[in-house]
Amino acid sequence: MPKDHGIGASSKRREDVRFLTGEGNYTDDINVNGQAHVFFLRSDIAHGTLNSVDTSAAEGMPGVVKVFTGADFEAVGSVPCGWQVTDKHGEPMQEPRHPVLAHGKVRHVGEPIAAVVAETLEQARDAAEAIVVDITDLPAVVDMKEAVKADAPKVHDDLTSNLCYDWGFVEENKGAVDAAFEEAAHVTTLELVNNRLVANPMEPRVAVGDYARGTGDHTLYTTSQNPHVIRLLMGAFVLGIPEHKLRVVAPDVGGGFGTKIFHYQEEAFVTFAAKACNRAVKWTSSRSEAFMSDAHGRDHVTKIELALDKDNNFTALRTDTYANMGAYLSTFAPSVPTWLHGTLMAGNYKTPLIYVNVKAVFTNTVPVDAYRGAGRPEATYQLERLIDKCAHELKVDPIKLRRQNFVMEFPYATPVAVEYDTGDYVATMDKLEEMADIAGFQKRREASEAKGKLRGFGVNCYIEACGIAPSNLVGQLGARAGLFESCTVRVNATGGLVVMTGSHSHGQGHETSFSQVVADMIGIPEEMVEIVHGDTANTPMGMGTYGSRSLAVGGSAMVRATEKIIAKATKIASHLLEASESDVELKDGAFTVAGTDKSVAWGDVTLAAYVPHNYPLEEIEPGLEETAFYDPSNFTYPSGAYACEVELDPETGQVTVERFSAADDFGNIVNPMIVTGQVHGGLAQGIGQALLENCAYDSDGQLLSASYMDYAMPRASDLPFYDVDHSCQTPCTHNPLGVKGCGEAGAIGSPAAVVNAVLDAMRSGGKDVEHIDMPVSPNRVWEAMNG
Amino acid sequence: MTQVNMTVNGKAVSGEVEGRTLLVQFLRENLGMTGTHVGCDTSQCGACVVHVNGEAVKSCTMLAAEAGGADVATIEGQAAPDGTLNTIQQAFQDHHGLQCGFCTPGMVMSAAALLKDNPKPSVEDVRHYLDGNICRCTGYHNIVKAIMAASGQDVSAIAAE
Repeated sequence: MPKDHGIGASSKRREDVRFLTGEGNYTDDINVNGQAHVFFLRSDIAHGTLNSVDTSAAEGMPGVVKVFTGADFEAVGSVPCGWQVTDKHGEPMQEPRHPVLAHGKVRHVGEPIAAVVAETLEQARDAAEAIVVDITDLPAVVDMKEAVKADAPKVHDDLTSNLCYDWGFVEENKGAVDAAFEEAAHVTTLELVNNRLVANPMEPRVAVGDYARGTGDHTLYTTSQNPHVIRLLMGAFVLGIPEHKLRVVAPDVGGGFGTKIFHYQEEAFVTFAAKACNRAVKWTSSRSEAFMSDAHGRDHVTKIELALDKDNNFTALRTDTYANMGAYLSTFAPSVPTWLHGTLMAGNYKTPLIYVNVKAVFTNTVPVDAYRGAGRPEATYQLERLIDKCAHELKVDPIKLRRQNFVMEFPYATPVAVEYDTGDYVATMDKLEEMADIAGFQKRREASEAKGKLRGFGVNCYIEACGIAPSNLVGQLGARAGLFESCTVRVNATGGLVVMTGSHSHGQGHETSFSQVVADMIGIPEEMVEIVHGDTANTPMGMGTYGSRSLAVGGSAMVRATEKIIAKATKIASHLLEASESDVELKDGAFTVAGTDKSVAWGDVTLAAYVPHNYPLEEIEPGLEETAFYDPSNFTYPSGAYACEVELDPETGQVTVERFSAADDFGNIVNPMIVTGQVHGGLAQGIGQALLENCAYDSDGQLLSASYMDYAMPRASDLPFYDVDHSCQTPCTHNPLGVKGCGEAGAIGSPAAVVNAVLDAMRSGGKDVEHIDMPVSPNRVWEAMNG
Repeated sequence: MTQVNMTVNGKAVSGEVEGRTLLVQFLRENLGMTGTHVGCDTSQCGACVVHVNGEAVKSCTMLAAEAGGADVATIEGQAAPDGTLNTIQQAFQDHHGLQCGFCTPGMVMSAAALLKDNPKPSVEDVRHYLDGNICRCTGYHNIVKAIMAASGQDVSAIAAE
């Protein structure tokens, strides 16, 4: 029987009521008395020398409060990068200055040049049209391999080249890897592109800066996945505002997918301008602005090679990747192609020798950073495409080749510096084969062929590393932040709890699932637990939500804080029960004395904590409020196996996903309904990457896909129903809930399954194509079929 | 500035608008009804869908002045006066048809318009009708399922949870 409450129950989401009735409180719904509006004048050319910005006409336009240019921010700090990668020679990466408003040069289409603050947005926009910008065009660099040539135009004149870093991992293994390739019985090589994507949460970014001159207090309302991180980065590095004078609020946030992790210059601008104008300043991004100012994702060009012995065992893996950084380093950009990508290259396989080279490159494009999966989809895609190609070359079954090389024993130390604690890759593959009804595939293929269509089947295995940690390790790897999480649990006198978490929910349903955990631990109804998040004023310093970390890290902090609460409440209860503490236990919301019928209810204990008349004041303080910070000892390693079945119309090149099966191992599950929903969303983004989405630039650095007319977002009619299973559960061994994280799996595990299925369909039509790049558009398929 | 009068969720309202003021701006900024959302600037995403004289309309694509005299319905007016969710809203909660909630008001209003015209749609009908509503969170599985359930059809064959 499924549980109806607590851990393991598909509790309905409490968030839904406000969202379904129009009572959500998103950042754009916040209006501060007396606020002005800002419109950013953005560069419409990719690379140029900024000779002058004449704002004189704009300043006289109706409603204009103040016009800002780069010169106003010369004394202000650079928008910081939160991760410093060390290259293969032991040198730090090249790190350019990132101004709030462009100064001296513009480096990508969409870079803000000037900002008009006016009474209304329309007035600000009208006035921005009166600003005269004199730019001398410079040749733009867009293609990464061109950008690293010696004579390429430089994005940053003060850097030695457009190469941010050249990273080798593990550099000491390179010789052994190369030697293994020399001795290989078979080598498979594949070159591919991981297409640039735009995260596109449905809520565009918004930032409202407010300033109280009387107290010197700043407030920033912003669409962020991690308000404490924004407060620290912006306060300490850009504007010089100490945390105690800066409150950052991220209320209901309409989706993030990574792109709302980062500190953006618009946040710094409204905070700065609110003080300069002595009134609140609001910025709401249009979707067109979002396309040219939200950090993009992916954009890798890779060559990958696999060496095998005569028995088809993987003996070595070697990859060579160019990773686009765009024009500036976004907050966590350098970590994505390195520590979130290179460390995942073992996948689910016991390949003994691996070497990963990554060249991170500056180009005249929007900065690129983490997008759902962040490095792990790029690793998975190349590896799983390569294995399929290899199986085809060797004429062996791709599932059999995978199974033969699976890691079977745990813990397993990979040759790329991580240790998988648990997993069962055979179990998820067994489950997948059952779900995908492989036995029935031939019949379905025949049915498709009877309609003049081709049908293909593709699989993909994945491993991901979630809840990146511990802090002392990531510090050694270049992180300029800790990666713990925090929680304060406040028990009220009448027994209800307020749980203040450093995690942030922007669609994940934490208000429901976190309540389930605490309620389960105490044995009280979920309705007695309130989850508070998103406001630095009423939550402990926490690192926020990304990398599928919330339950594994934030949930663990919550468990630790709740354990402290229970320990103290047990002391109080033992006093009330006149029993030894060791004899008192909490069960179903009451403290009982073992072997007796003596009991005291949860609410009586909490009341005693705040009305301490009969209370051991000499031993413990009144009140019931505890805080915990949790720093994990390792990543978590969710894994799974996915299968895709496509139908391909050889007349048009149109591909449709007919079946998609996903067998995941997320360890323990708190709310199966929410977990399934997370997988659905990830699958849609992965299938979108594989078939539809592409962020396109022309050779001059013009962004060609800057609206939903041009960027193909997956629609309801593009996608199937998904078959999702998470009954294979190998709990994480090092966090108290045994959970692994589920938010990114769908996006990580699906693209290769789709492309493998498309190539299988093409082969069934007599066209043996080695590879086709994403998005697998009708045009590309038709050309491949007819090429 | 011109005066515009209309009925929103059964209540007479009025306000001063510019000629260029969009209906969604009038709702959000003049009336403070922020349940209707703006997710794009090309009339693609559908987060702003409301009903004007009973028809689903993208309120980012209609001028406030054009809606003068009209009967407008928004997400704020869908639940019963005591807060009880309507059939479609309840189905969205029951079937986890929303995550971040940003596209949800438009989805609910589109679903209502669909079921008014087509009370027993097929899955294909629902998916086709939602082409003007983009969701980035759910992959549509549970939205389609919720709308099918709201139409009174059996959804047990659609994968659980």
